[in-house]
Amino acid sequence: MHYQLSHLSALEAEGVHIIREAVAEGERPVLLFSGGKDSAVLLWLAMKAFHPARIPFPVMHVDTGHNFPEVLEFRDRTIGAIGADLIVASVQEAIDEGRVIEQTGPRASRNRLQTEPLLRAITSNKFDVVFGGARRDEEKARAKERVFSFRDEFGQWDPKNQRPELWSLYNGRYRVGEHMRVFPISNWTEMDIWQYIEREGISLPSIYFSHQRKVFARDGMLMAVSDYIQQFDGEEPFEATVRFRTVGDMSCTGAFESTAATVAEIIAEVSATRITERGASRADDRTAEAAMEDRKKEGYF
Amino acid sequence: MAMELVRLATTGSVDDGKSTLIGRMLYDTKQIFQDQLEAIEEASKQRGTDYVDLALLTDGLRAEREQGITIDVAYRYFATPKRKFVLADTPGHIQYTRNMVTGASTADIALVLVDARAGIVEQTRRHAFIASLLRVPHLVLCVNKMDLVDFSEDRYNEIVDEFKDFATRLDIHDLRFVPVSALEGDNVVDESDRTPWYTGPSVLHLLEDIYVASDRNMIDVRFPVQYVIRPHTMEHQDYRGYAGQVVGGVLKPGDDVMVLPSGFESKIVGIDTFDGPVDEAAPPMSVTVRLEDDLDISRGDMICRPHNHPDVGQDIDAMVCWLTDQSQLRPGVKYAIKHTTRWARALVADMQYRLDINTLHRDEESHHLSLNEIGRVRLRTTQPLFFDEYRRNRETGSFILVDEATNATVGAGMILGPSQ
Repeated sequence: MHYQLSHLSALEAEGVHIIREAVAEGERPVLLFSGGKDSAVLLWLAMKAFHPARIPFPVMHVDTGHNFPEVLEFRDRTIGAIGADLIVASVQEAIDEGRVIEQTGPRASRNRLQTEPLLRAITSNKFDVVFGGARRDEEKARAKERVFSFRDEFGQWDPKNQRPELWSLYNGRYRVGEHMRVFPISNWTEMDIWQYIEREGISLPSIYFSHQRKVFARDGMLMAVSDYIQQFDGEEPFEATVRFRTVGDMSCTGAFESTAATVAEIIAEVSATRITERGASRADDRTAEAAMEDRKKEGYF
Repeated sequence: MAMELVRLATTGSVDDGKSTLIGRMLYDTKQIFQDQLEAIEEASKQRGTDYVDLALLTDGLRAEREQGITIDVAYRYFATPKRKFVLADTPGHIQYTRNMVTGASTADIALVLVDARAGIVEQTRRHAFIASLLRVPHLVLCVNKMDLVDFSEDRYNEIVDEFKDFATRLDIHDLRFVPVSALEGDNVVDESDRTPWYTGPSVLHLLEDIYVASDRNMIDVRFPVQYVIRPHTMEHQDYRGYAGQVVGGVLKPGDDVMVLPSGFESKIVGIDTFDGPVDEAAPPMSVTVRLEDDLDISRGDMICRPHNHPDVGQDIDAMVCWLTDQSQLRPGVKYAIKHTTRWARALVADMQYRLDINTLHRDEESHHLSLNEIGRVRLRTTQPLFFDEYRRNRETGSFILVDEATNATVGAGMILGPSQ
């Protein structure tokens, strides 16, 4: 008899195992959902892990207030369909209450401001297991993060003091006030995600697919014209056929010209590309060699 | 799209040309992107190095880049049309035994590099020993820098013979050798015409072809219960399923099973997944098993076969690798232990010897383990564990020890068997 799982089935089995393990060892899990493709896959795995029961935890979205409307619509539709509770942690509220200070100018981004409302929501809801859709192939600081990533009482990540992770024996123990970030799709690549989305027929926000949009060029990316981003002089808006490769804030997520309108066409496009998805579409990672590491140490996703 | 997932562990120091080898495989399989290459070219230039330092691809932490060292296991991913590889890349320095053990714990294939000029050195033996201790099923020795020994067949054979001789003292059941020049690309991705005396495959072709599907234990049914699914919905009022990952054998509906620790017997009535019921479940599938009888089964229990069950016991002999510099393993100390999906407490009843991983000498006078040391210990646990020898099943034969005060993972254990 010949037993061999495809790489997608093996990754799925690993992800489901991790999710069940974290839920079994924690008290109050929550799943972070951005509306992007990785969190859509993560949510899908969570549904698989507990079928035919509902997922035994709420879903949390950190809302910068600068989201693409298509993504918010997708979020509400998806969470509504599976009957999960949605918690929204609001960056706008944090700004209004003076807990964080908004950057100004054409390069202002609310990206880094997400950490405060995220940690506040974790603390006030007493969440101890926080699922995230980060992947190790995304970024080099993430390449060294554990599947079960321990956070201290300030929500901080200490890259030099991580627990060794052997076999599939995850150590989910923590003390009161601390929590675990758990990354079930750590070992997936961007290509795995797209192939899995195609295989499973997982739906995504429309901005991933080719569409017409008014954009302007900045730093080699095409930024969507919106109320949330100021343009420098000379950044002239124009109509283009574009799609987005990642989903983040309108102020820091860039589009590129593409006619890929289906998942199959996106897979063909991703196979041919020579630029990483963060390099292609995220202004937030371009600020410094260790930008992600610094954000993560503060408690970022 | 039916690619297979294969896990690799590589280890070695900068001097072995390991980064160059990995960098070349990643680049030639199109896993290094333009912006990553530009970023490391820029960083290399700032640092004043003459060549593009591919280690910068994986050394992502600020401290690593500042100190020019690799402090942790780095995971890299690459794929060929046949296989997707998860590569755990660990630094080779002596103090990183902990990282090598971590990387090797899940590996199907270990890649060990030697410098053809230096031949088999202490570090090579250490890497090979750890791969064998962790029961990595396949070991590939890459004899690198062949360009610097004029692609000499004699030199290559000398190294191969010396390594084979050493390997007879280890437990490695599949050993392969490839002459390589990582820098010039010989036998890395494409077969080289500068080694006409070598008729085997390149490293990448070897990695694509080594048969790994039979390495898992497909005989002894082992299903540690992870989570009990009880939907409490109108549609599934009486549903009770045992969720987990198969770690041994093949489960089928209709099979008679035994549940540990109770010893009750029942029959599998269904194996469920989100995509519908399945006819059989083999490692490493995550499934939900339903039984005919309403038994009291909870997380940490083990489903197996009535006439093929793991050892059940509280006194266990194991090889332990110590993972922390904050404390030492000593007889009389208690730890939390995680084995499959079960937590218990374990007392170190005795330490029999410490193993010198360079000479394989057993030091019986030694009664503690410090960071990166490996020794044979006897544990007494508060509850029975359901275990197999590590050599028979890596999943039911392994455990971690956790410090109860700090919750740090401090020890990695490989079970030898019940204490005599």
